[in-house]
Amino acid sequence: MKALVAVKRVVDYNVKVRAKADGSDVELNNVKMAINPFCEIAVEEAVRLKEAGTVTEIVVVSVGGKSSQEQIRTALALGADRGIHVEVDGRLEPLEIAKLLKGVVDKEQPNLVILGKQSIDGDNNQTGQMLGALTGMPQGTFASEIKIDGDTLSVIREIDGGLQTLKLKMPAIVTTDLRLNEPRYASLPNIMKAKKKPLDVVSPADMGIELKTHITQLSVAPPPERSAGIKVENVAQLVDKLKNEAKVIS
Amino acid sequence: MSTLVIAEHDNISIKPATLNAVAAAQQLGPEVDILVVGGDCAAAAQAAAAIPGIGKVLCADNAAYAHQLAENVSLLIAEVATPYDNVVAPATTSGKNTMPRVAALLDVAQISDIISIESADTFTRPIYAGNVIATVQSNDGKKVITVRTTAFDGVAAEGGSASVESVTSVHDAGISSFVREEVAVSDRPELTAASIVISGGRGMQNGDNFKLLEGIADKLGAAIGASRAAVDAGFVPNDYQVGQTGKIVAPDLYIAVGISGAIQHLAGMKDSKVIVAINKDGDAPIFQVADYGLVADLFTALPEFEAAI
Repeated sequence: MKALVAVKRVVDYNVKVRAKADGSDVELNNVKMAINPFCEIAVEEAVRLKEAGTVTEIVVVSVGGKSSQEQIRTALALGADRGIHVEVDGRLEPLEIAKLLKGVVDKEQPNLVILGKQSIDGDNNQTGQMLGALTGMPQGTFASEIKIDGDTLSVIREIDGGLQTLKLKMPAIVTTDLRLNEPRYASLPNIMKAKKKPLDVVSPADMGIELKTHITQLSVAPPPERSAGIKVENVAQLVDKLKNEAKVIS
Repeated sequence: MSTLVIAEHDNISIKPATLNAVAAAQQLGPEVDILVVGGDCAAAAQAAAAIPGIGKVLCADNAAYAHQLAENVSLLIAEVATPYDNVVAPATTSGKNTMPRVAALLDVAQISDIISIESADTFTRPIYAGNVIATVQSNDGKKVITVRTTAFDGVAAEGGSASVESVTSVHDAGISSFVREEVAVSDRPELTAASIVISGGRGMQNGDNFKLLEGIADKLGAAIGASRAAVDAGFVPNDYQVGQTGKIVAPDLYIAVGISGAIQHLAGMKDSKVIVAINKDGDAPIFQVADYGLVADLFTALPEFEAAI
């Protein structure tokens, strides 16, 4: 069984991102980049399935500029077998990424595609679902547990207020939520080995896909500031303020 | 400019998130219809028809839609969307699950989680966990939009009498099936709908200590939430999580206990009307957004607070 895992290069989650002074975009110069945390969970899940003997090959794919190869190498160091880099510069929308991933799916014919539920830059939460629509595959989004039984994928999903279990006919798509697993760290020997693993580079034109712009980002700005209030001395004063000043409790 | 709103419902009643989505839709233009798609969902369609200012309610009632599986429902929505300029759904887990599939079927972008409508094609939405607000313009003829519910005050649920029309198309992709749902049963209000929320963070130290919040929550009729740190540490389940990757809440009163105030948490609660922070570290960033800050050990402050309310 072949698993395809998509990873995205994003600003490291510890970095506090700021809008540029001219409001044209966020400041990405000299900012630490990393693999998107939800994508890291996707890689880990595939590696665990391989360790369990369910998956035999893990292909990792990233769509983005040349530097995205660093994140592919990270995934290879974590246990993926080979990489595909779909090289595209500039801003990319989820629908266009989904179309490029469909091109890779058509060629690779994976039984399982695992993606993060959202990337922490655009916060769109779209790509996995869109890939599902384009390929006609079923989807288990926001997954906190998956089980494979023959050609059936059982997924426990995190939904508002609880958990939902679905059965999907494979090939299928999974998007990861936080509790699916806790990703491991890559060991130094594995980082060295990853440098020798195969990594193919393809362009959208190679796959016969033409990219379109559906959304134009006009500007970015910091969110409205919420000003700090007051410090109260003790619980009695807090309760008094809430009752008599804010009038939010009675 | 006509808009189709996808109702959030449980086949019997309409969820409040629908009312927020209708409010956003009405800002786009006066012609707003609602689609209720489900199984045995006539009661929900009737409830939707009572929302004032609606043109009509379309009801697609079929066993194939009973659990609103994205594979089936997206095919139906893409078909019903044909005459509309906009398709709008609340950015709930259900809307997030289905709408990107609809957008891809229509070959248009989805504009996720909008917090304001600047014009018919221009919207604002938070990116980078709410650190930045982007203003975006859609170039697509048809727009698929999900709405951050806390950013739009819901319309009234009663007072209208729209007509209900049946939609008879059945789409059953046959590739997914529902097994079960475990919805947490609680006497407390739902986190996203509660008017008061009390949340605990890493400072709670363990799951048992969340009992200190329960007594207060019961007295105030509040929902209980948690920071991602508390969830990651295993104190409470993930559905307690308030933050950019968890639930977005905007209650009248939000009480943050033992929460330092990481940006990802602030993104989920900073639109609350009144924020209280209780933390023993006076320099914690949570105090920068709190209306009332109490620098105190939560293990002494919480019992006092419970006794005083």
